[in-house]
Amino acid sequence: MIETKNYNPSATKLICYHCGEECPTDDIRLGDKIFCCNGCKTVFEILQQNNLCDYYALDENPGITQKEDIKRNYDFLDDAQLIEELIDFTDGKITKVTFSIPQMHCSSCIWILENLHKLREGIKYSKADFLKKIVEIQYAPKEISLKQIVELLDSIGYQPDLNLEGKVKEKSDSHTKKLYYKIGVAGFAFGNIMLFSFPDYLSFGKFHLENLGRAFSYLNVAFALPVFFYSANEYFISAFKGLRNKIFNIDVPIALGITVLFLRSLFEIFTGTGAGYLDSMTALVFLLLVGRVFQNKTYSALNFERNYKSYFPIAVTIKTNKGESTKPVGKLKTGDRIIVKNNELIPADSVLINGRGFIDYSFVTGESNPVEKVNGDIIYAGGRQKGSAIEVETVKEVSQSYLTQLWNNDAFSKKDISHLDSLVNTVSKYFTFIILSVATAAALYWWGNTDYAFNAFTAVLIIACPCALALSTPFTLGNTLRIFGRNKFYLKSTQVIERLTSITDIVFDKTGTLTETGKSSVQFEGEELSLYEKKLVKTLVHSSSHPLSKSIYNLFDVEKFKDVTEFKEIPAKGIVGKIDSHIVKIGSKMFLTDTNEKGEVNLSTKVYLSIDGKIRGFFSIANSYRKSLPQIVSQLKNKFALYVLSGDNDGEKSQLEKLFGKSSRMFFKQSPHEKLSFVKSLQKSSKKVLMIGDGLNDAGALKQSDVGISISDDINNFSPASDGILDSSSFKRIYDFIKFAATSKKIIITSFVISFIYNLIGLSFAVQGTLSPVIAAVLMPISSISVVVFTTFTTNFLAKRRGLL
Amino acid sequence: MSVILVLIGFSLFVALTFLGLYIWAVKTGQYKDNYTPSVRILFDDRETESKDENENNGKDE
Repeated sequence: MIETKNYNPSATKLICYHCGEECPTDDIRLGDKIFCCNGCKTVFEILQQNNLCDYYALDENPGITQKEDIKRNYDFLDDAQLIEELIDFTDGKITKVTFSIPQMHCSSCIWILENLHKLREGIKYSKADFLKKIVEIQYAPKEISLKQIVELLDSIGYQPDLNLEGKVKEKSDSHTKKLYYKIGVAGFAFGNIMLFSFPDYLSFGKFHLENLGRAFSYLNVAFALPVFFYSANEYFISAFKGLRNKIFNIDVPIALGITVLFLRSLFEIFTGTGAGYLDSMTALVFLLLVGRVFQNKTYSALNFERNYKSYFPIAVTIKTNKGESTKPVGKLKTGDRIIVKNNELIPADSVLINGRGFIDYSFVTGESNPVEKVNGDIIYAGGRQKGSAIEVETVKEVSQSYLTQLWNNDAFSKKDISHLDSLVNTVSKYFTFIILSVATAAALYWWGNTDYAFNAFTAVLIIACPCALALSTPFTLGNTLRIFGRNKFYLKSTQVIERLTSITDIVFDKTGTLTETGKSSVQFEGEELSLYEKKLVKTLVHSSSHPLSKSIYNLFDVEKFKDVTEFKEIPAKGIVGKIDSHIVKIGSKMFLTDTNEKGEVNLSTKVYLSIDGKIRGFFSIANSYRKSLPQIVSQLKNKFALYVLSGDNDGEKSQLEKLFGKSSRMFFKQSPHEKLSFVKSLQKSSKKVLMIGDGLNDAGALKQSDVGISISDDINNFSPASDGILDSSSFKRIYDFIKFAATSKKIIITSFVISFIYNLIGLSFAVQGTLSPVIAAVLMPISSISVVVFTTFTTNFLAKRRGLL
Repeated sequence: MSVILVLIGFSLFVALTFLGLYIWAVKTGQYKDNYTPSVRILFDDRETESKDENENNGKDE
C-alpha cells in the first residue's frame, strides 16, 4: 500500500507536488517542487516548517487540492453552547472531540491526522479511523480552542464536516460489542463442552467413566448456563415479542429448540440417565450468533439516515449593526440579515435584499438551471448561490421553511418497521405448527411407555430446531450485500434485498438521477456562425457572471477579443455590449426585439442571440442524460411500470418520451410533497415502489417508498436518507442488481429445502426415540455448516457468472 | 487418575484466561476499527531525526 515515491520532474505533465493535480503553469514553485495553486504551496510550507514532510513520502501527491481557496470563517465556534454540542467529553483539562473528515483517502492522511500534536501545542492525541473517516482528538482547552483546531485542520486541507446533526454518533457501537461478548462466551462454552463430552462420544454409552463422567457433565452445565441465560437471550426476547403480537417469527422455533435442549440435558444429567445435548445447544447458539454478525455488515463511513440538517451549514454569516459576524443556524431568527457568498447555501426561507441571486435549486426542487432572483424575491431554503455575494433577510425559521417542513411528514416520524413478512418468518409460521404436531403425534404413539413418549417428544423439538433454516437467510443476504457493495451499491441492511425482490413499479427522479449532475450541454440552433461571430459571442459572455453565460463561453473553442464597450447586464432579461463596433445581444426574445411579445417565457431553456439587431438563432440548454440510460430503460421497461417525477419544467418531455416510450408516465413541476404523495398513492393500489432519486426534494418519496435508493457521484457527499446509496457509475447495472436480489431469494428457498431434508433424517431418528447425543451433535452442526457453505458458494458462483464479482 | 483433575483445572484456567483476554480486547475497542491499525503499523517513527535528513529525502525523490 505504501510505496516509495517516484517523482519525475521531467515528465511532460506538470503535477502538483501536494495534490497531484495538473498544474496550469510552473509559476508556483518552491525549490524543485511545483504546485498547482498557492493554497497547496501554503500547506506544503506548513508541513515543512513542522518537519512533517513524511506526509509526502507515504503516498504519492497525497494532498487535497486547495484551488478553491475559500477563507472560511469559524467564529461561530466560539459559541459555548455550540462547543458543548460538538465535543464528546471534557473535564476542564482535557477535551475529547470527534470530527468527521470526508476527505480522508490515503495512508498519508491517516499519518498527518495522527501527528496533529506536532503541528500545534495543546493537541495531546489524535487517532484516525479510516473506514469511518473520523478523527478523534484530545486537546487541552486552556492551550488551544476548538476553533483553532478546526482552523488548523482546514489549513492543511482536511476541513471537518460540521453540521447541525452535531456529534458523530456511535450508537450501534455498544450493540456490536454486546454481540461480540455473546459470541465469545458461546464459542468458549461450545469448545469446552465438546472437549468434556469427548469421552462420552467414544464410549457410545457402553463404557462409563463413572465419577469423572459425572464431574464432566456438571462442568458442562456450568458452561452452558451463561450461554442459555446470556448469549441466547435475544432469541427468547424476540420470540416472546413475536408471540405477544401473535406472530410466529423464526425465533419462536429457535427459542423452543434451545429451551428443550437445555431442559432435557439438565434432566438427563441430574437424573444420571445420560450426558445431555449441551454441546449441540451451545454450538447452535454460537452458529446463530455468527450468522448475525455476518448479516450485520454495515458501511460505517456511509450514513443512511441523513436529513436536511446534515446538508445545511452549521453557521452562517450575518450582518448586524456592528458589522459581520457568524451565528449558528439553529439560533437563526426571522428578520436576521444573512450574507450568502458564492457556493453557499441559503439556510432558511428569505427575501433578497441586496445583490443578484443566481440560485441553484437542482438539489432542492430538481430545477436544472439556476434561477435568477432580484431584490424583493423570495428565496427558498436549500438553494445555493452561484455568483457574487448576496444579502438576504430570513422570513421563516430553519425548521419551518418550505423544504424543511417535508420532514414533519408522517413518513419520517414512523419508525422503520422491521418487515415481518420476510420469507423466513412466513416459513417458520408453518414450520412451528408442523414440528409441534409431529412431536405430539410421536408422543401419543409411544403413550404407553412414558420414557419413550418423553424422549420422542423432546427429540423431535430438538432435532427440528431450525438452525440451518435460520442461518440460510443471513448468510445468503449478507453475502449478496457484500457483492453489491463491491459493485458500489451500498445497502442499509439485508432486509432491503428481500424487499427489492417484490418491486413492481419504479419511480425515477429526473435532475441528478437521469441526468448527470453539473453537466448541461449547450447547443446553438440557427444560422451557422462564422468564426468572427463566434469570437464576438465569446467576448460578450465573458463579461457576464450569469451561469448560462459560462456554459455558452465554454461552447465555442475560439479566442476572444480583448474589450467590450457599453456592456450592460439587465437582470432576468439578458446582456448587451459593443464589440469591434458590432452590437451583440444575448437574452430572452422579448429583450432582443424590444417588444412585449410573450413568446418564450422560459429564459432558462432558450437564449436568443442577435448581432446588429438581427436575430441569428438561439442557444438551447439541454440536460445531458446518463449515457447508459437507454440501456437501463429498455431492460426495465418490460418488467416494471416506470414513472418519472421531475421538479423541473416539462421542457424535456419529448426527449424523455423517446427514451421511456408513451407508456410510462411522466410528471413535471412536482414539489417534494407531491412526490411523496405520488408514491403513497401507488402503494395504496398495492404496488411495491422502488424510488430512485438524489436530492433533498426526493427525500420524502425515498422514505415513503418500499425501497428508496439515492444516487450519488461521490458516496461520501451528502445523500438523503434512503435504503441504499448507489454510486452513479453503477447506475447502469441497476437491472442486474434487482435480478440478483431475486436470485438470492431462490438460493434461500433452495437452502430451505436442504435444511428440511436434514430435518427429515433427524426426525426419523427422533420419532423412534433413538436420538443419541452423538447423532444430534453431528447432525446439527453438519446441517448448519453445509447450508452456510452452499449459500455462500452459490451466491459467489452466480455473481461471478453475471459479472458482479 | 487424579492427574487428570489437575490437568482439567489447568486447562480451564488457560481457557478462562483467553476468554478474559478476548473480552478485554472487545472492551478496549480493538474490534472497532480493523483497517487503520494495519496502515498505522507501517509508519516509521522518525521523531528524533533532524530536519536535514528530511530535506535529503526530498532531494532523493
